[in-house]
Amino acid sequence: MGMSENPVDLLPELCVLGGVVVALLTGLFVPRGRQWLAVALGAAGAGAGLIAALVAAGRGDGMTFEAFLLDPVTHVTRVTVLGAALVVLALAAGPLRGHRRETEFTVLVLLAALGTILLGASADLLVLVAAYLLASIPAYVLAGFAKDARGTEAALKYYLMGALLGVLMLAGVTVLFGLGRGTSYATLSQNLAHAPPGAVTAGLVALLAGLLFKAGAVPAHHWVPDVTEGAPPVVAAFVTTVPKIGAFAALFRVATDVVPSSAPGPELFAVLAAATMTLGNLAAFAQTNVRRLLAYSTISQAGYLLVPVAVATRTDLAEPALLYYLAAYVVTNLGAFAVVLTTNTDTLTDYRALATRSPALAVSLAVLLLGLIGTPPTAVFVGKLLMFTAAIDAGYTWLAAVALANTVASVFYYLRWLTPVFTRPEDPPPPPRLHRPTILLTYTLATATLALGLLSGLTLLP
Amino acid sequence: MLSLVIFLPLAAALVLLAVRRIGDRAAVPVWIAVAAVDLALVLVLWARYDGAGLAHETRLRWIPSVGAGYHVGVDGLSLPLLAMSAVLFLCCAVYSLRSTPRPRACAALFLALQTVCLGLFAALDLLLFFVFFDLSIVGMYFVIAGWGHGERARSALQFFLYTFFGSLVLLLGFLGLYLGSAPRTFDIVDLTHDPPLTGSPGVAALVLLAVGVGLAVKTPIVPFHTWLPPAHTDAPAAGSAILAGVLLKMGTYGFARIAMPLLPDAWRRYAWVIIVLGVVSVLYGALVALAQRNLKRLVAYTSVSHMGYIVLALGVAGLAGDAAAHRLAVTGAVTQMVSHGLVTGALFLLCGVLYDRAGSYDLDRFGGLARAAPAFAVLTALAAFASLGLPGLSGFIAEFQIFAGTLGGGAPVPGALALLGVLITAALFLHVLQRTVLGAPGPLTARVTDLTRSERTAVTPLLALSVLIGLAPRWLLDTIEPASTALINALAP
Repeated sequence: MGMSENPVDLLPELCVLGGVVVALLTGLFVPRGRQWLAVALGAAGAGAGLIAALVAAGRGDGMTFEAFLLDPVTHVTRVTVLGAALVVLALAAGPLRGHRRETEFTVLVLLAALGTILLGASADLLVLVAAYLLASIPAYVLAGFAKDARGTEAALKYYLMGALLGVLMLAGVTVLFGLGRGTSYATLSQNLAHAPPGAVTAGLVALLAGLLFKAGAVPAHHWVPDVTEGAPPVVAAFVTTVPKIGAFAALFRVATDVVPSSAPGPELFAVLAAATMTLGNLAAFAQTNVRRLLAYSTISQAGYLLVPVAVATRTDLAEPALLYYLAAYVVTNLGAFAVVLTTNTDTLTDYRALATRSPALAVSLAVLLLGLIGTPPTAVFVGKLLMFTAAIDAGYTWLAAVALANTVASVFYYLRWLTPVFTRPEDPPPPPRLHRPTILLTYTLATATLALGLLSGLTLLP
Repeated sequence: MLSLVIFLPLAAALVLLAVRRIGDRAAVPVWIAVAAVDLALVLVLWARYDGAGLAHETRLRWIPSVGAGYHVGVDGLSLPLLAMSAVLFLCCAVYSLRSTPRPRACAALFLALQTVCLGLFAALDLLLFFVFFDLSIVGMYFVIAGWGHGERARSALQFFLYTFFGSLVLLLGFLGLYLGSAPRTFDIVDLTHDPPLTGSPGVAALVLLAVGVGLAVKTPIVPFHTWLPPAHTDAPAAGSAILAGVLLKMGTYGFARIAMPLLPDAWRRYAWVIIVLGVVSVLYGALVALAQRNLKRLVAYTSVSHMGYIVLALGVAGLAGDAAAHRLAVTGAVTQMVSHGLVTGALFLLCGVLYDRAGSYDLDRFGGLARAAPAFAVLTALAAFASLGLPGLSGFIAEFQIFAGTLGGGAPVPGALALLGVLITAALFLHVLQRTVLGAPGPLTARVTDLTRSERTAVTPLLALSVLIGLAPRWLLDTIEPASTALINALAP
């Protein structure tokens, strides 16, 4: 693996950072009515970063600055995070146009995205902690962005949990540093094998606390429903989607590069995966608020995403499974939130007879929800297929069976949302306020989930 | 060409949805035209099929990293089912010409469903097969939820959950086949040439269990049949016809296309289990049907019974014994798939006529329909006789071969028991005819007006084909027999 200290290797991250700085400065000097200029400059930075990331993905693997890995996991993390951040900025264009703190929103989203990329690319525990903070703190602020009672409560809960689990994570890093005599993954993987397994396991569990918090997985999932429901919808779309990408990339690296074979890593991840998908599903059953329903759905999806992490060391299929599922989930989940933003309502019953009011939106919602179930030929289906295959290949057939049972159960609540959409109208609710660009974005995301599934061969070429 | 046949209806569906200028009035005529063109194309495919092996193949890469591709092709097993599906979809289109609510969406949905069904019968890749298998559930869910009656939302949800469970178990089975193959592939043709898991009978048994359960839910085989009656009761007539006529065949076709040739050793080892399940389905379905007062539930349970004959015949093919008898049984099974599709499709459309006129399926409230609706009475009687296997109709050709193959192929006792099922079916259909067509008029008889032209045009071809197969089956059997021989050879130890 090539080592270097070439700043060009970090071009995508530098582009985003440049975008952040330029946007912040522009926002300070332009009047409120023209804040879109700052937003556009920030988005341009992220767009440039996305292009740089796509170009970089064609190059070979390596490591830069002794802490930043350049490999498929990083490439996919960069592309999905920046793509998702751009989608979130586009989704925010409707509700936040002319808002007093429009620039701040852009800056916070981009900073959190930057932290998320670092989280996923880091090969050193100290960088991981710094990335955790960079990814988390802007997200806390975003959760309270609306300055209303529910948003504030959500932000406080989010912050307190994040701070607590962050401290725990730092403690874990300290323990592993002591045991492994270093913080880089390479050093740790050499030294931890000879350290006492009990202490290593304790350190790992503490380290995982922070990563599971970012991933929204059990047992660090309690913030997800509150933030998803309490924060503005566009923020909910962001915090349930983007931080997960970096968290799962980091979890995958920890599982493959740090956990020594003496520690019960795969077993631990497998149990967490089963618990996460099951608890998320069970809680989703009774929801009547679509954002809360989506919140629990993202928890159960985090459970499926933990399956490839559990089998990371046992099958070559784990890496494509994780990366493909992540990208598929991000597109589909953002699409579902785009529908919520388009219709501007959270109540399940308000979706009655949506098909008669806006057939194309109803079809998009059907594609997206069936996509979240994992119906072919959508993208999540391919992700789930790879996930099942990886689990069985690694000898975790029981985990595949649990995931299967959960998938069947999830049909129930996704269809609870979908069924009223296609009912015949008796007293249809008033037509929703539809924001034109958001609708187009929804259609694009729904089409993207189909295209990503049908053309998966192009993205999965070995 | 085959891909055109498969995707033409889907393309038409998208056009119907996208072009709003095609109003509600033109939607069903467009649907009929597309279904007719598709049927013509299927017949061209059949005419150009030379009678041996696979033809009209297309093989493209789809997800190369797991060895899955877009691989379609036809042989004697799939051609009759493709043609039967195309006929049934065309008849459903004609049937829907009069009084279909929201015709544009309905036409688009059925056209999309047609692509799914044709795609499944042409798929030669496990993953592609699964994609169509799963999409058929989604399509039928929307048919029941959108155009059904009664407790349609509940029935649709139950249908989705139950059959989706089956399809995911099937997927696990497919993954087992994939992981057990070397080199790893999802391609059915490659896997047939080199069956996976030959060295590990324990794993093969588990994989057969998963594939078997997945397909058994769809077929349905007792005890996995409980989703079928409510789904049928609340589905619209055309939806029921497609569900019974085409979707159920996906299960039995899956046994013949995937389970038998890909897991031949396990199939032979557990042949008796399959035979017993088949016989239980035959007898249980017939007995429960006998007790029904709701005409649609009754027809649904006879479907369970008729699917049982197919399972029985395919199970017998796994026994040690006379290969000629086994070939006869398999040919009979495929004939039964075609025959059941035509006849039960017709029966469900006729049930739909009753519901359209009187809003009820209750057998006891009709009577003397022969006088009130003579055309309805004649076609219902013909369909009932075809369903109970009267000589001269397609059901007889199918069941005769199945029984001859079963009795001669090493399973005389199950064969004799299944014959009992024919007796019960005969009794129950005669009873139905007595209660509805003959006898004194019931309270709802006055409401039943005779068939309209579109209804007559929809039902008559289905029964005419049944008569044609019953009187001159050679053209059909000549296509099926080489495929049966190939299947028996693949199954041979």
